[in-house]
Amino acid sequence: MESDSVFYTDRLGAPRNPLLDQLPSYQSLLYRRKPSASGSTKRRGSSRTRVGSSNSGKWGQTTVARQHEEKLRTQTIQRPVRELPKSMAEKRRDKDQRLEQAKDLSSWRQWRQSTRRTLRRLKEDGFEMLSNLELWRGDIHVIEGMFGTGILSYFSFLRFLVLLNIVMFLLMFGFVMLPIITAPHASGNTTFNHVDGSECRNYPSTSRHGLVVFHQHITDLLSGTGFLEQTYLFYGYYKVEAIHFPKFTYNLPLAYLLVTIAYLFLSLIWIVKRSATGFKRNLVQDEDRFQSFCNKIFAGWDFCIVNENAARLKRSSLLYELKTDLEEERIKQKIADRTRKEKCRIYVIRLILNLFVITVLAACFYSIYIATNFSQKAQMTKVNFILDLIYEYLPSIVITLANFITPLIFSLIIQYEDYSPAFEIRFTLMRCVFMRLTSICVLLVSLWGQITSCQEGDCVCGYNHVLYPEIYKLMIFDFISLFSLSLWTRKLIVNYCDCGLAKWWGQQEFAIPQNVLDIVYGQTICWIGTFYCPLLPAICTIKYFIIFYIKKVTLVNNCRPTTRPFRASSSNFFFLAVLLIGLALACVPVTISIAQISCSQACGPFVNYTTSWEVLPRAVSQLPAGVRTFLLAISSEAFAVSFFVITCLAMFYVIALAGAHKRVINQLREQLVMDGRDKRFLIQKLCQAQRTCAVRFPGSGSQSHSSDRVSPSYRSNSGVFLVHPPPDSATHV
Amino acid sequence: MGTTASQLGKDLLSEYQELTFLTKQEILLAHKRFSECLSKEDKNLPTPRVPMEKVLSLPELKSNPFRKRICHVFSTSDMKDGSLTFEDFLDLLSAFSDSATLEIKSHYAFRIFDFDDDGTLDSGDLEKLVNCLTGETDDTRLTPEEMRQLISNILEESDIDKDGTVNLSEFQHVISRSPDFVSSFKIVL
Repeated sequence: MESDSVFYTDRLGAPRNPLLDQLPSYQSLLYRRKPSASGSTKRRGSSRTRVGSSNSGKWGQTTVARQHEEKLRTQTIQRPVRELPKSMAEKRRDKDQRLEQAKDLSSWRQWRQSTRRTLRRLKEDGFEMLSNLELWRGDIHVIEGMFGTGILSYFSFLRFLVLLNIVMFLLMFGFVMLPIITAPHASGNTTFNHVDGSECRNYPSTSRHGLVVFHQHITDLLSGTGFLEQTYLFYGYYKVEAIHFPKFTYNLPLAYLLVTIAYLFLSLIWIVKRSATGFKRNLVQDEDRFQSFCNKIFAGWDFCIVNENAARLKRSSLLYELKTDLEEERIKQKIADRTRKEKCRIYVIRLILNLFVITVLAACFYSIYIATNFSQKAQMTKVNFILDLIYEYLPSIVITLANFITPLIFSLIIQYEDYSPAFEIRFTLMRCVFMRLTSICVLLVSLWGQITSCQEGDCVCGYNHVLYPEIYKLMIFDFISLFSLSLWTRKLIVNYCDCGLAKWWGQQEFAIPQNVLDIVYGQTICWIGTFYCPLLPAICTIKYFIIFYIKKVTLVNNCRPTTRPFRASSSNFFFLAVLLIGLALACVPVTISIAQISCSQACGPFVNYTTSWEVLPRAVSQLPAGVRTFLLAISSEAFAVSFFVITCLAMFYVIALAGAHKRVINQLREQLVMDGRDKRFLIQKLCQAQRTCAVRFPGSGSQSHSSDRVSPSYRSNSGVFLVHPPPDSATHV
Repeated sequence: MGTTASQLGKDLLSEYQELTFLTKQEILLAHKRFSECLSKEDKNLPTPRVPMEKVLSLPELKSNPFRKRICHVFSTSDMKDGSLTFEDFLDLLSAFSDSATLEIKSHYAFRIFDFDDDGTLDSGDLEKLVNCLTGETDDTRLTPEEMRQLISNILEESDIDKDGTVNLSEFQHVISRSPDFVSSFKIVL
C-alpha cells in the first residue's frame, strides 16, 4: 500500500487484513483536511504498486469511496491540481476532468473560476519578478550549496540588516535631508536658529596647501571631526528651524525627532515580525522545539548541499549532535542522581566562578572608563599624528580587546561549572552578549560623566559634540577590526608567520555566534548614533555590504565551517533575540538624550528648546483644538492606567485559553491511543472469527482464506465486510 | 508528451506552470539540464528516459544520501529502475521547490524515508534513515545502544497511537511542528 495505513501488522504475524482499507477512517484519509474533489481516487498506486498484491485492489473504487467522493465534490472547494501528490500524468488527467466538469457549470461559475486562475497566475508572476530583485540571490545560493542552512542563516541575517539600514537611511533622507536640500530650489525660505553665526568649534585656518591639507583630511576622516562637521554627517549641521515652502511650513526639529522615534519603532516591528514567522508553529506544546529529536532526524539533512566536502562535514556534525544529545539525556539522569554533598560542592564552585566572571567584567568596564577619560583629556593637546590617533581611538581599542579576550576566558571557565553541554553553550553566549552590549553603555555613561563636569564651565559645546565623534570612531574601528580579524588575513598570517600562536589563531573556524555578535554590536552603535549622525545608516549599509563579500570569500576559500552544528531555526531565533536586546539597549541612551540632556547652544536643530523632547509639546499646542484635546487625553494618566488594565486582562484571558487548549490536546492524545488499541483488538477478534469460520466450513475455503490475493470485484462478494452489518457477514461465508 | 530536442512549446510550458510549483525560468532551466543528461539516440524518442545513474550524477543529487530513494519515489517507470522522464524530473523539482506546500513536501519526505515501501516508518526504516544521515562506515555509525535510545526517543515524540510505527498522518503532524523542515527540504537547480 501506499502511505496511509493506520495500523501495523498485528503481532501474530498475519498479513494485513484488507478490512482495514475499508474502514471509513481510512477512506477519509484519502481526502485530508481540505479534500480535493478530484474525480478518481486512484493515486500513483496504479503504476507504483508496492509489495503485496493485496494492495492492488485497494485503489479500486468501492461503494463507500464513490459515495464519499460525490458528497465531497458538491461540498468543498477544489484545491489547485498541483497541490495533489500525484504524478504529472495523473495531474493532467485531473485537470482535464475538472475542465470537463467546469463546462457543465453555469457561466457565472466558469467566469469566476477563470478569473481566479488568472489572478493566481498574475500573483505568481509578480512574486517571481520580486524574487529576482532579491539582493545577493546567487551568492546565497552558492553558500547554501556549500555549507548548508546553518551558515546560510548568518548571511540572510546580514542581508536583513542591510535592508533595515537602507530603510532607516531613506527615512532620514526623505524627511530630514531632502527638505533642506530642496529648500533653495523650491523657493522655500529657511529660518535659521538664533545663534547662527558662532562656530561649534574653532578650527585653524585652512589656508595651507597640498599634502598638509590632505593629511588634515585623513585625520578628520578618521576622527570624525574637522571638515566632517560641516557636512550632512553631523547633526549640528541641521541648524534650520523651519522651512517655508509656498504652501506650508515644514518644522524640521519636529521631523527630526519623529523620524528618530519612527526608525526605532520600525526596527522593533520588523524584527518581531521576522522572528514571529519562525516561531508561530511552536507555541502549542511545552516541549523544547529546537532540541526535538524528530526535528533533527526528519529535517536533519539539508537537501540543498551540493559540495561533497560539505556533505561530509554535515554528516559528521549530525553525528556529533546526535551523540551529544543522547549523552545529554544520560547526563540529565546523572544530575538527578547527584548526592547532597556533590551538589554543595558544585554550587560552591559555581559561585566562585561567577564571582570571578563579575570581577573580570568589572575590570573591563573600569578600564573602558579610564580609557575614555584619558582619551578625552588627551584630545585637548596634540602631540603627533600617530599618537593622537591612538589616543582618540583608545576607547575603541580597549572595547575591542575586551570583547576579544572575554569569550576565551568564559569558554575556559564554563568547563569547570559542570552544566549540560547545551546549557554551557547558551550560558557562554549570554555572557558574551552581555559583555559586548554593556561595554557600549559604559562608554556612554563615562562620556556623560565627562559632560556633566564639562557643563559647569569650560566647554561651549554639548554632549553631542563629544558623543558624535566617539560613535563615529567606534564604527570605523569596528569595521577595521572586523576586516583585519577576518579569516582572510588570518590565512595570510598563517602562511607567512611561523610562530605557533599565529598558526593556532589562523586556523580558527567560522564561529557563527561570535560573528553574529560583531554584527549586532555594530548595529547597536548605528541605532544609538543615528540621532547624532544622520548619515550613519548609510555608512553601516556600505560596511555590511563589504563585510558580506569579505566573509563569503573567506569562507569559500577557507572551506572550514564550524564543526559544531548550528541549526537554521534556532539560529534565526538567536540572532533576532540578540538584535532585540541590542535595540532595547540602544533605546536607553537615545531616550535619555532626547528627554533629559539640554541641547548644545550652538549647533543642531533643537537649539531653541531646552530639551529635544520639547519640540513635540510645542508642536501639539499649535494643532487645532479638537486634535489637541484628543492627543492630551491619550497621553494622560487615566488613559494609560486603563489601557494597561485592559491589556493585562486580555493577556490573562489568552493564557487561560492556551492552558485549556493544552489540556484538551492531552486528552485527545490519550483518546487516540485508546482508540487505536481498541481497533487492533477488534480486528484481531474478527480475524480469529474469520479463521474459525474458515475451519468450520472448509468447502467454501477458496473464497474465504486467501484474503490477500483477492481481486476487487471478488472482494465485494466475499468475506467479512465492515459496511454490511455483522450478522450478514457471519452467514455470508 | 513530445518535447522536441531543444525547446518546449509555449502551451506545454504554461501547462507545466499550472501543474507544478515551478516558475517559467525554473522549468526552462530544468529542461536544459535534463537534455544535457540525455544521450543522442534518446533525444529523438517521444518520452525519453534518463537512467538512474545519470540522474545520480547531477551535482544537486550527487552528495545526497537519499538520492537513490528520491529516484525511486519519483520514477514512473514500469521496470522500477529509477529512471526519470522529463515530467518525473519536473515533479521532483516541484516537490523540492521553495513554493511547494508543506503537505506535498511532507508527503514525499515520508515516501523517501520509507525504505521498505510498506507505508509506515518502523524501526528498520528509522535505523536506515539515521545511518544515511550519519554515514555508512563503521566509525561514523551510532552504537547499537545509542541507536536504540534514539529510535525510542523518536517514536515517543511522533508515534501518537503507540503502535510502534509512524504513519503518514503522524509524520505530517510532527513535521508541521518542525521549524527546520521547510528550509532544509529544498533543491534548487
